[in-house]
Amino acid sequence: MSYLKIDHVDKRFQRGAASTEVLKDVSLVIDKGEFVSIIGHSGCGKSTLLNIVAGLTPATTGGILLEGKEVNAPGPDRAVVFQNHSLLPWLTVYDNVALAVNKVFGRTRSRAERHDWIMHNLDLVQMAHARDKRPGEISGGMKQRVGIARGLAMEPKILLLDEPFGALDALTRAHLQDSVMQIHAALGNTMIMITHDVDEAVLLSDRIVMMTNGPSARIGEVLDVHLTRPRQRLELVSDRTYIAAREAVLKFLYERHRFVEAA
Amino acid sequence: MGLPVLKGAAAGATVVTLPGKPSAVLPLPAGPAKSFAARLAPLAKGALANLLPPLITVALILLFWQLAASGPQSSLPTPSKIWEEAKDLIVEPFYWAGSQDIGLGWRILVSLQRVAIGFSLAAVVGVLLGALVGQSVWATRGLDPVFQVLRTVPPLAWLPLSLAAFRDSQPSAIFVIFITAIWPVIINTAVGIRNIPQDYRNVAQVLRLNQIEFFFKIMVPSAAPYIFTGLRIGVGLSWLAIVAAEMLTGGVGIGFFIWDAWNSSRLSDIIVALVYIGVVGFLLDRLVALVGHVVTRGTATN
Repeated sequence: MSYLKIDHVDKRFQRGAASTEVLKDVSLVIDKGEFVSIIGHSGCGKSTLLNIVAGLTPATTGGILLEGKEVNAPGPDRAVVFQNHSLLPWLTVYDNVALAVNKVFGRTRSRAERHDWIMHNLDLVQMAHARDKRPGEISGGMKQRVGIARGLAMEPKILLLDEPFGALDALTRAHLQDSVMQIHAALGNTMIMITHDVDEAVLLSDRIVMMTNGPSARIGEVLDVHLTRPRQRLELVSDRTYIAAREAVLKFLYERHRFVEAA
Repeated sequence: MGLPVLKGAAAGATVVTLPGKPSAVLPLPAGPAKSFAARLAPLAKGALANLLPPLITVALILLFWQLAASGPQSSLPTPSKIWEEAKDLIVEPFYWAGSQDIGLGWRILVSLQRVAIGFSLAAVVGVLLGALVGQSVWATRGLDPVFQVLRTVPPLAWLPLSLAAFRDSQPSAIFVIFITAIWPVIINTAVGIRNIPQDYRNVAQVLRLNQIEFFFKIMVPSAAPYIFTGLRIGVGLSWLAIVAAEMLTGGVGIGFFIWDAWNSSRLSDIIVALVYIGVVGFLLDRLVALVGHVVTRGTATN
């Protein structure tokens, strides 16, 4: 039985009489512990696909099966790390994670256990030192770390990352990618990440799902990345498999499915 | 640098903080004392720069008033005459010499109590209604036109109706405060709720917060800056309305005091009462602003 199954998902947005088809017949099966990236040009509906998996947007037809059960509403079993971190600015770093932990584990764990769990997750993203700071007082990369901690703290069956590093500078992004790789190695989470950064996709993923341009975007190609873990950023630069994978994605994006409007 | 020198410096500097002698900062002798004095000087200068202009303005106004109202034909009292006639009201806000002969402080407190009740009701009901209007498209369509019409009704126009409904002046005055203060609270809360970023709603959905949790954990904190803008406008309006309402309903409040003073031609008392009202209104506004500042700490930055 597949862990997560995206089953023949179509998505149409209806505005008055006009209807735009964003996704057409998207099917994908993801195994437990897998790291899958979804890559495509902007506007191809990859965020819509992630929102459908999260349950934030309903699919027009088709559906999502998680461990064999259909899911069509949002829930903490599919935690989302949002592109713009979405931390609540009036809560401290600790309280932002606590909001999630207390809601998800309020009945099943004691106060002390929950506190330890919050601190454990902040430690995991190296943010325990800033527990009493508010989001406005920490950098963009740190906010995204806290966002990841909040997602992980829900103990989701699958962690959905919506262009998590898109708004960060290159150095910070590299740091966070390394952190995500370590966390994935340590915890074995299943993760789906939306990105439009080819290197990021190849570095982090077991599989890369490439989407064609919208409207009516579909899955164009799925690339298996046969790189051993743990992966080292510097060693990979000259690695043949890495270069080949990178080339395959680039060719898909820029030769066969060039984004015409961007020119 | 020896200890005695430091002591001397500190002693020299304490002179600076004495009230009425701010200028003592500048002529302090140079030498070891300078470092301490130099630190205090900007503070004193800042205080001076903030206090001096309004003091000068007030002095000029009083002077102009004194000159303008001192002619034999003048129908209004001069400041010096007010001081003579209403000195007890100015210097003793809290005297008590019988049920109708009490200090202005007491009267203000009675009015404040009415405002406190009416305004608190308006704040609670306003935030709830505002949340409803902000959250639901249908509530907006249904209620917003009604609110937009009702909010333009002047406060006092409600008074006869509320007197008829409550048959008592006290609840009527409170109702007038309530109905005056509630509109800005509703409208601003609704705007605040509509402006809650979709991201926060998504977070709430992923966490499966229920309606009550969403209200307290996302809605109110997120809309707090807007809510407090509404509350601040509301408290100003209620203070405007209470004086007018009390003039008509009678009783003990500051509004009735003015009306009573007018009926007995005590113009000086009226002017003193006006200053009281102005100062208290200003303090009320600052109080709500301060509470808002403390409560919404951190929300402005993202």
